Amino acid sequence: MSQTLLKISSISKKVFMSLAGLFLIIFLVVHLSINLFILPITENHQEIFKQAVEFMTTFPLIKVMEVVLFGAFILHIILGVVLQIENWMARPVGYAVSTKSKTDSPFSRFSIHTGVIIFIFLVIHFMNFYFVKLGWVDPPAGDMPVADKHDFYNMALNVFNNPVYSVLYIVLILGLGFHLHHAFQAAFQSLGLNHPKYTPWIKGIGLIYSIVITIGFISIPLYFLIN
Amino acid sequence: MNFTLKIWRQENAKAKGRFKTYKVENISPDCSFLEMLDILNQQLIEDKIELPVDPIAFDHDCREGICGMCSLYINGRPHGPEQGTTVCQLHMRKFKDGDTITIEPWRAKAFPVIKDLMVDRSAFDKIIQEGGYISVSTGGVPDANAIPIPKEDADLAMDAAACIGCGACVAACKNASAMLFVAAKVSQFALLPQGKVEAEKRALAMVAKMDELGFGSCTNTYACEAECPKNISVENIARLNREYLKAKVKKADRKREGGGFG
Ligand code: HEM
Ligand code: FES
Repeated sequence: MSQTLLKISSISKKVFMSLAGLFLIIFLVVHLSINLFILPITENHQEIFKQAVEFMTTFPLIKVMEVVLFGAFILHIILGVVLQIENWMARPVGYAVSTKSKTDSPFSRFSIHTGVIIFIFLVIHFMNFYFVKLGWVDPPAGDMPVADKHDFYNMALNVFNNPVYSVLYIVLILGLGFHLHHAFQAAFQSLGLNHPKYTPWIKGIGLIYSIVITIGFISIPLYFLIN
Repeated sequence: MNFTLKIWRQENAKAKGRFKTYKVENISPDCSFLEMLDILNQQLIEDKIELPVDPIAFDHDCREGICGMCSLYINGRPHGPEQGTTVCQLHMRKFKDGDTITIEPWRAKAFPVIKDLMVDRSAFDKIIQEGGYISVSTGGVPDANAIPIPKEDADLAMDAAACIGCGACVAACKNASAMLFVAAKVSQFALLPQGKVEAEKRALAMVAKMDELGFGSCTNTYACEAECPKNISVENIARLNREYLKAKVKKADRKREGGGFG
């Protein structure tokens, strides 16, 4: 009997996961670039943010990408969870003293845990924004009047004005950062891209990427906490 | 040197095992780890410390780091604390006098315990049987220089062929994955013209067997490379991924053309 759940080979699973993961990595850059305009980084930051939201909610190609995005998330999460279950099953009896290998970094050991943190984040995120847009839930309550279900600017202000939420947001984003630090280089390795000259660069870029993404997203709740 | 040893004892595959503590004294620093266990076993037999007399079972053969039989998980690391060394080549001077040393068998679903520290690694043989060879037609021995091979490819193939199949990669991996082993075996052939002929079939079949036998998958933690006594590089895993993908794509192509292929 085949051990693999889903009847997809272990390598194929990793390839699909890494392709979906790389798509998500690009998505995060786009998402962060827009989010940063919540902060007063330019004179007309509010205008730019609102225009970006307008574009993202109406432009047809983005609608298509939204479907791809959901597909990537679902594929990545399902394969990630299945893979993890198989991997746990592969060692039914554990060690009394566990590995302390030099290269075995905590980032790589805790992919599933940081993945679950991201999942928790996604649920909260959807409750606050995406489901509001769909009209499934009420917009987040707060001092700012939310004009309509596309008024993400005021929704964001309401959300981040709540210090409990802001702190939680920071903690969860750190989980994302940890996931990304391992995942960036892992995606290339899983696709068979490992080269003595370029792999150190991939690892370096992955480190910079994960730090920029983490600090970028954290800067927003931090701004609200400080002010 | 004196040591306290916490050793996994398990009568047979079915039995519930447990750790037992033993003391060894006056061990020479130049004694190898396996010799130290030999001394302990000799004591168990001669001094009848426990009854019935039951020496500790552990695998070993060449004791010179080339056969891949020795396999002990020492203080949380396969083959012990020294990098790039099999446990038969590990010496007691690498430990401190008075140390407590925990010795466990390899732990993996695909490597069931036979007795004490000895595990059944025939899963590796089954993977090799799926294609870890070249189907040579017999005939005269070809001239060594008849097939020119770039030096770099020959070196990489030799590095991969250094794998002794001990299973430390599986033991070290948090997923009990056999990817480094399979990658080394696929690579040593895929890099050479003689091996290229069957490269696709080999990659597909060996990976399918590896999955079937219940090894985990690779999540790129690279613990295998760190613990491999032969320093096999994870670049081989990337090569296996490439070979596997290439084979998958070609197989799909052939299906479309109606050709027959495994
Ligand atoms: C519920 C959310 C998530 C779960 C459960 C999850 C789980 C996992 C798991 C188990 C792995 C494999 C571990 C490894 O390769 O070491 C992985 C890898 C990866 N994850 Fe996630 N992840 C999630 C969300 C994300 C997000 C939001 C991103 C990016 C924005 C992402 C990007 C990646 C990438 C690029 C890889 C590497 C793929 C590979 O090595 O083949 N993941 N994830
Ligand atoms: S006994 Fe042969 S490699 Fe250790």
